[in-house]
Amino acid sequence: MLSDLSGWAIAAVAALGVLSVAAGVAVFVVDSMARATFALLASFLAVAGILLALDLVYLAVVTALMMTIEMAIMAVFMIMFMMNPAGLMPMTMVHNAKGSAVTGAGAFVVLVVGIWTIDWPTRDASRPADSTRQLGEAIMGSHMLVMLVIGIGLFTTILAGTVLATSRGRYDRFGADLTAKRPDDPVPGGLPR
Amino acid sequence: MSEQTLAEAWGLVPAVLGIVAVGLVLGLVVAAVDRVVVSGAPRAAVEPIRSSARLLFEQRRTTLAPDRLLWRIGCVAVPTLALLSLAVVPVGGRTLWSTSADLVWFNAMEALLWAAVWLVGWGPNAVHALTGGYRFLAQGLAYELPLMFALITAGLAAGSLRATDIFATQENLWFVVTMPVAFVVFVASAAAFAFWGPFAAPAGPDIAGGVASELSGVDRLLVEAGRVVFLGASAAMAAALFLGGDSGPWLPGPLWHLLKTLAVVAALVWVGRRMPVLRPDRTVEVGWMVLVPLTLLQALVVAVLVLNGFYA
Repeated sequence: MLSDLSGWAIAAVAALGVLSVAAGVAVFVVDSMARATFALLASFLAVAGILLALDLVYLAVVTALMMTIEMAIMAVFMIMFMMNPAGLMPMTMVHNAKGSAVTGAGAFVVLVVGIWTIDWPTRDASRPADSTRQLGEAIMGSHMLVMLVIGIGLFTTILAGTVLATSRGRYDRFGADLTAKRPDDPVPGGLPR
Repeated sequence: MSEQTLAEAWGLVPAVLGIVAVGLVLGLVVAAVDRVVVSGAPRAAVEPIRSSARLLFEQRRTTLAPDRLLWRIGCVAVPTLALLSLAVVPVGGRTLWSTSADLVWFNAMEALLWAAVWLVGWGPNAVHALTGGYRFLAQGLAYELPLMFALITAGLAAGSLRATDIFATQENLWFVVTMPVAFVVFVASAAAFAFWGPFAAPAGPDIAGGVASELSGVDRLLVEAGRVVFLGASAAMAAALFLGGDSGPWLPGPLWHLLKTLAVVAALVWVGRRMPVLRPDRTVEVGWMVLVPLTLLQALVVAVLVLNGFYA
């Protein structure tokens, strides 16, 4: 599979792979939420770079886009829900060290065994001229059901997470008998309601 | 139109240097127009050059226990990302590099700018700067989705995410005619990403300058330059995506693109400087209840037009 990649691309994939792992390790070594967040972002950006080196431009760019937004949202959640909202005090990034070490080692073993024992299919077609178009046709065609299920699953998770995290419900907003004309919100949202 | 990229036509290094030069000149133009509109005196146009030179030699001051690494990364990232977003904006009919996902690249650079500005606010370990950084994030939550829909609408009409393809599809009809909402949302979001004009609350005087409050010397120059370069790049992108790019009578194509870019800059500054600063906590509902449905409706209209072969 590596044969149709140039030497530069292989070197870039190797270097970025090391970088992404190193940045991933840094997430648990640093002592501030901000540094951990951005170490994680660096790791994802290295993965995006690998995709770019493999000539999968859309996947690369969309990885960078989504992961960056995710990290920014994480910073927002940091002030919303953390005991140390600004995150300015040093704090450890490791919790439940023994349990997570066991889980991590187990996942690593499963993945490595899987990678080396699965009889991977060989590519039967030539490389597409435009991988973005091929990806779009796959998502909108043969893989649409999977994408829809994942999309709805993600959306439900987001809603559930927010509902669990917020202490205010509709009775706080519209009164005990839900008859208030205007919701009683601590922060106005912008529309005259 | 040639399918060559700038890097193939000129060689990589000259093309990159050329794009950097174009970006800096565009930024300087935006800053000069801004100064002239604000002060009302044409002489003020040289002010950005003067203050840049001063900032270049100014000694940097620092704060107590800053997160120096992240602060520096944020300050360098702002102008770098502004220039990187210019890599997919057609200059003289060609982009520095051309991929099948140019629009997503442009959007990704904006998203990274989001993170970078938060870092600039986080770095100095100061309350006003951090408040500004969080204001920037809060605003971004409001306009990020409408902006994505606006960008994708242009790609939808052209049937391609490649900037030069979108350029070429508008030979007969400017996209702004059929997608005015997307155009306005795109330009407004560009101003918001540069936290400029009505979206300047992250650097507002009520929090002593916000994200920029602790910046000095080269750091301030980098961040301010990044803001204006990004505004210039976005104006050029708006002209390319919605105003027909280089189509126009008599004059050569690149000159038309330049004129349209300058027109967008002038209109943006003229309108933007006449509007009050929006409170960041009053933007999210407008973004999600008004702009998201509007841009989705816009995309639907364009999709129906595409199915009817309107753009073919």
